[in-house]
Amino acid sequence: MKYRPFLISKKYFLTAFLAFFCLFGAVMAQDVHASHEGESAHIESVSKEHGEEKFNITEFIFHHIGDSHVFHFWGEGEHWKGLYLPIILYTHNGLVTFSSKAFELNDDGSKVVEVKGMRFVQAHGKIYYANEEAEHGSYVSHEKNKKGKDVITNERPLDFSITKNVFSVFFSVALLLVIFISVANAYKKREGKAPKGFQSLIEPIILFVRDDIARPNLGYKYERFMPYLLTVFFFIWINNMLGLVPFFPGGANVTGNIATTLVLAMFTMILINFNGNKYYWGHIFNPPVPWWLKPLMIPVEMISIISRPFALMIRLFANITAGHILVLSLLCLIFIFNSLAVAPASIFFAVFIGAIELLVAFIQAFIFTILSALFIGMAVEEHAADHH
Amino acid sequence: MGISLAAIGAGLAAIGAGLGIGKIGSSAMEGIARQPEAASKIQTAMLIAAAFIEAVALFAVVVSMIS
Repeated sequence: MKYRPFLISKKYFLTAFLAFFCLFGAVMAQDVHASHEGESAHIESVSKEHGEEKFNITEFIFHHIGDSHVFHFWGEGEHWKGLYLPIILYTHNGLVTFSSKAFELNDDGSKVVEVKGMRFVQAHGKIYYANEEAEHGSYVSHEKNKKGKDVITNERPLDFSITKNVFSVFFSVALLLVIFISVANAYKKREGKAPKGFQSLIEPIILFVRDDIARPNLGYKYERFMPYLLTVFFFIWINNMLGLVPFFPGGANVTGNIATTLVLAMFTMILINFNGNKYYWGHIFNPPVPWWLKPLMIPVEMISIISRPFALMIRLFANITAGHILVLSLLCLIFIFNSLAVAPASIFFAVFIGAIELLVAFIQAFIFTILSALFIGMAVEEHAADHH
Repeated sequence: MGISLAAIGAGLAAIGAGLGIGKIGSSAMEGIARQPEAASKIQTAMLIAAAFIEAVALFAVVVSMIS
């Protein structure tokens, strides 16, 4: 029961800490997805047989993997069922809060909401200051940028809203707290006895993280980093799994959001550099190469400080996003071919990819954790590193 | 035009990553067949190597998604 103390004391502190930073992540995420929105406009849309209804697959997919101010359950139009999430804005006149119900699901900038003498519109999931006059029924002005993409030029308030992703982070953190506090209490209560119930499910996973991830890479110093590794492993895993659930508490694309993965990768970067010993820094500023190679090697080594967390960030983001896009594209095949005959094949492949994604959800959590452990292990290694 | 070029780029990246991960997989299989008792260690090392290769392919996917 060596791992018991940190389970009780640090585990939920770290989880709450993570959640706090992911809040900033979700705010930034909205900017990232902004770049995709304009793109969808000029991709040929696939028209249905009726001719008047258009089905734009790119717009559909990016809408589903993106963030949102509402949590959609089911139904369209007047049968729409879902959760209106609160909007929290930091505007020119200070903090403004209102419910996203005020927009009445309008997403093209034609519904103006007036709060504290300021006027807001929502367009493509983002909040803008509204124009004085409407043009073509919309209160936002568009402009083509250099690449010919349609971009909205209106000013935006700082958006700290509890969006779909933020809500999901809160939900997964609550889930993790419930699971791990109950397991930790079970260890307290049943000290020295065999694990029982939920304990028996969690214990092998924790032992897996300790014996297969932490110990081989960190050596005898593994105990200091176990809280971080366990937190990041379970946080990524549970969010990957919730992302695969197609209905309410799941369904948000948290780990497929580059801002969330950025924050996670930043933690690893901070841990690497704050724990790096003299050998680690010596390797960067005085690499063991002939003197004439040093001007070349020192910049390369310094880039590697950034590039390793950068690769961690992209790997997790792209893997999860690619999985979501793949499942959605397979389902969209039905609407592209506009025939029922495609449906069985489409659904079969979607279920097949879904099963693979279940595996990927675990593997990506594992890869993120083991690479974090590997990089931290390289930074805290005692002897002069001369193996590369 | 831009979209089809991006799709070709993503496809090329997939070919590269497929070759790389295939090589890792075949070598790991060989290794496990020769030394079944080292299977778990080989699997871990295989996953890490595959993750590095995959990352390069995913960079390409992200680039083709953005452009």
